[in-house]
Amino acid sequence: MKRGLRLHRQDNCIVMLDDVRRGEAVAYDGGSVIANADVDLGHKLSIEAIAIGEKIRKYGASIGSATAAIAPGDHIHTHNLKSDYIVGFHH
Amino acid sequence: MQGYVRQDGKLGIRNTVQVVFLVECAHHVAKRIAESFTADVQYFGFPGCYPSDYGHRLVRNLCTHANVGAVLLVSLGCENFDRNRLHQEIRQSGRPCETLVIQETGGTAPSIAEGCRRVREMLATIAATPRRAMTFGDLIIGTVCGGSDGTSGITGNPAVGRAFDRLLADNAICMFEESGELIGCEPHMMARAADESVRRDIDAAMSKARDYYSTMGLGSFSNGNAVGGLTTLEEKSLGAYAKSGDGKISGVIRPTEIPTKPGLYLMDVVPDGEPRFGYPNICDTSEIVELIATGCHIVLFTTGRGSVIGSVIAPVIKVCNNPQTYARLSDDMDINAGRIISEGATLDDVADDILRAIENTASGMPTKAEKLGHVEFVLTYKDFDYGKACCR
Repeated sequence: MKRGLRLHRQDNCIVMLDDVRRGEAVAYDGGSVIANADVDLGHKLSIEAIAIGEKIRKYGASIGSATAAIAPGDHIHTHNLKSDYIVGFHH
Repeated sequence: MQGYVRQDGKLGIRNTVQVVFLVECAHHVAKRIAESFTADVQYFGFPGCYPSDYGHRLVRNLCTHANVGAVLLVSLGCENFDRNRLHQEIRQSGRPCETLVIQETGGTAPSIAEGCRRVREMLATIAATPRRAMTFGDLIIGTVCGGSDGTSGITGNPAVGRAFDRLLADNAICMFEESGELIGCEPHMMARAADESVRRDIDAAMSKARDYYSTMGLGSFSNGNAVGGLTTLEEKSLGAYAKSGDGKISGVIRPTEIPTKPGLYLMDVVPDGEPRFGYPNICDTSEIVELIATGCHIVLFTTGRGSVIGSVIAPVIKVCNNPQTYARLSDDMDINAGRIISEGATLDDVADDILRAIENTASGMPTKAEKLGHVEFVLTYKDFDYGKACCR
């Protein structure tokens, strides 16, 4: 059962189709990765090693730049990804 | 689908009387009049006392919407809204219109009583509105997303895009909006422009959106978006953009500029000039109101986190993107697009659901929001340079 969705072959992240727990394997079209954190439905998981400043790609397009080194299986979110345009609101 | 034939040629899918306050001071009287009747009588209005070209245009278009049969204007008496001009514009559309001035009618209680009397007459008049069969080609359909999350861009939004592609094939008018939530999609969107001038209009609208939100210092991105897995504005944009489907973009319009030819239109909702009254749209309802004021018979509202809203005048069909949200809020949702994730349904399966819901709603079946009595409305100040050509 695939629990992750790779939206484009150039993407370096997948979208979770389910809530997964740290240590669980997440299969997606083209591979599998072990989650390094609890990651909920709709959130993103890295499937590649990504260096600081590198673009995160989803839908085959950039969704911003990495602000920390990211390992395969890491949760990608506000702690390691920022917009190349305008900040959003989170609290 | 059987439409209500208006004298100005519009075809409505609802037959309502609207009670319209022209300043917040007349809100209570308008509300009490409308609430004395069933759901066919609704109320909305413009809260401000200062005149507003945008506000006047929106109220005028809402009063002459296809789904509106007659209008009762409720004025306090001393506000700056040009009630006589509005009254004439509504009459010119062939709709019965009456104006009630509270200061000239003896205050609150006599105005409510007199308003109710006039609305009863209007209901009797519009009950005789002729009907005729309508097709998707007679419809204007808008789409908006609210409470987006990481599921939105992979379920309901692309499914609405598929539904749009099919509506366009049937010669409908479709519109998507909120240029501030399309930041990051500019090159792809411009490549879909029907011609060079549309490409330039998209470029100009998007450049304005980037400048506006940069000046405000915050993009259109909420805490709920982040909780639901979205991290950046451009990521949210790519998911929102999927609602527009694959069709070529026939033009860029501003609120109240109703397209006359079938096709897909981008609504530029970001005010012209320097930021003056805050955010372009203070909440999802202001976007829905603009779509309805631009002629939409139905608004397709996709939501991940779970919005419960509806609207006055035009039905809102809620498409729930997230299967976990659907499980919690199914009484509020018309379409379960989350079954793409939970049951392996395809985008085309959900597009079928959406088209069926449009057909049922246009045939008179109430949406979930209508059943629950949702009649949200908000209208704030905004400025557009309507003298400058834009609509095509």
